[in-house]
Amino acid sequence: MGKYILKRVIFGVITLFIVATLTFFLMNKVPGGPFAADKSISKAAQKALYVKYGLDKPLTTQYVNYMKAAIHGDFGISLKERGRTVAEIIQTKFPVSARIGGIAVLLALAIGIPLGSVAALHRGKAADKVIIVFSTCGIAVPSFVICTVMMYFFGTKLGWLPTFGLTSWKHYIMPVIALSFYPTAYIARQMRSSMLDVLGQDYMRTAKAKGLSQHKILYKHALRNAILPIITYIGPMIAYAIVGSFVVEKIFTIPGLGGEFVSSVLNQDYTVIMGTTIFLATIIIGLNVLVDVAYTIVDPRIKLK
Amino acid sequence: MYKNVLTAQPKLNPEDFLPATHDEKESLAVMRPSVGFWKDGIRRLRKNKVAMVSFYVIVIILLIAFFVPAFYPYSYETQIQGSENLAPMTYSSTEQALMASGQKVFPHLLGTDKLGRDYAIRVMMGTRVSLIVGLVASFIVLIIGSIYGSISAYFGGWCDLIMMRIVDIIYTIPDILLIVLLTFALKTPLQNLAAKPGFAWVNTLGVNLISIFIVFALLYWVGMARIVRGQILQLREQEYVTAARALGASNGRIIKKHLLTNCIGTLIVTTTLQIPSAIFTESFLSFLGLGVAIPMPSLGSLASTAIEGLQSYPYLLFAPSILISLIILSFNLFGDGLRDAFDPKLKN
Repeated sequence: MGKYILKRVIFGVITLFIVATLTFFLMNKVPGGPFAADKSISKAAQKALYVKYGLDKPLTTQYVNYMKAAIHGDFGISLKERGRTVAEIIQTKFPVSARIGGIAVLLALAIGIPLGSVAALHRGKAADKVIIVFSTCGIAVPSFVICTVMMYFFGTKLGWLPTFGLTSWKHYIMPVIALSFYPTAYIARQMRSSMLDVLGQDYMRTAKAKGLSQHKILYKHALRNAILPIITYIGPMIAYAIVGSFVVEKIFTIPGLGGEFVSSVLNQDYTVIMGTTIFLATIIIGLNVLVDVAYTIVDPRIKLK
Repeated sequence: MYKNVLTAQPKLNPEDFLPATHDEKESLAVMRPSVGFWKDGIRRLRKNKVAMVSFYVIVIILLIAFFVPAFYPYSYETQIQGSENLAPMTYSSTEQALMASGQKVFPHLLGTDKLGRDYAIRVMMGTRVSLIVGLVASFIVLIIGSIYGSISAYFGGWCDLIMMRIVDIIYTIPDILLIVLLTFALKTPLQNLAAKPGFAWVNTLGVNLISIFIVFALLYWVGMARIVRGQILQLREQEYVTAARALGASNGRIIKKHLLTNCIGTLIVTTTLQIPSAIFTESFLSFLGLGVAIPMPSLGSLASTAIEGLQSYPYLLFAPSILISLIILSFNLFGDGLRDAFDPKLKN
């Protein structure tokens, strides 16, 4: 077990290192640079800025310097937003994304699991069919479509909900629903098939034969086993909720980390690009490792490889 | 005859020992003629109503995207003066004057956008772009994934171990982060390439479109490679592979002729299911402004521009949104149908 965890962590670190390296050289490959678009800065001042931020050195030296600092937890200061450190930017923007993403994930679990179970228990009946249609559509409709359609009907047409910003609980409703739509549909689908799988197992028949109550069979035996495959999906789902918020944040003009990342790429704000990439990648990779390890603990049938 | 009531011996007649007639032999023969892999699969696919409906929907969308624009009286980039922001099926004053003088004017089925371009043809072209992205990207994934997966599984051992670790690492790379970066980073090198003689085709395809393909070629083949590897690992232990090797077939030939052809069902199904995810990604990128170049529309970029005018011209949003959902939905359902029909594991 310890060996397995260690192996996964090492692979996670390697992946993180590769992502950081790729990002560093990719963003430096893009012509221009953080100060090129700014016409108000004179050539001489630009040169001074390059020297100040160490951007005049050869790329490999820059890379080594950056990595050294990053390992020590220093992600530098933003090249565009003067005087703000990358850590500060992440600290202010990430909680916003995390809150919306977190609520969306919880909502998806709270709705998707019951939906899938109900569909499996009423296999072939009307309830099952309705849920199948919902989950198939939910997977097919991109989040920006859901966002915009909701925005049109509830924001513009009916005027019930605010369409931008994030100041009251009402502001959360549309972004959270838009973000949780896909994972809800996906979980419902997964839950249905894993529940059907469990219902066909021998131990279900044994439980019934023992004379256990319907309630006990359902909660103690069926649900517990059927929920296991969902656990593996939690990691990718949180990743989706954080990264998928790019679109949602853009549409509802929410000051989150996703929007910050896209704009830093467009502005070529090198330190912010690196900082957000490493930060988000760490979260996503770390979650995947955590979920895989948790899964092997919860389900002893899984063989460690 | 002596009759024992308790005997278990059946009563036998001399007729029971006569040779069987031709008809009797016939009735014992195989109940149905042997059906080939394709015929059998297609027969099962035909029975699946949902899959067939989605198949026809896909065919209709393909026709609309690739054939109708050739006969359509408007072009996707022509800006018609004076007919900006028309609602569906309405005409501008110049067009009304033309109609009054007896000339026929083709209606703007979906209206026009804020630059006076006919929206129906833009939606059609957008569908074409999205479909091309889906089909080409899935094809790239198919080629790279199947070659990589089969080599890894066939040679096994250290080769497999190293190749699969690479797959594991690419698998855990947060794709959207890299996609955003890659599409942005590839833009200028490709533009420079297009400026060189002999590379004019880069511009006709569109720089962003190519960078999307490169992104898919770099990141998305890993799922396919894993699936193919799993299949080949089972197949390579089969007797006919040993036989082929004994007959002196080269490794390349065994992989190509014996292994990959035998998992063709899986390949088709996985490729079909890859198409909607490619279209999904493209629309996402276009929506963020990293997709196809202006004036070329894609369904994602059409939806993205429509949001700006959502208050006044909501109808601009509905056509691309509905189409993209319909395309992804029908490819998903058709892929599911294909899997049921061609994946031998689900065969009853």
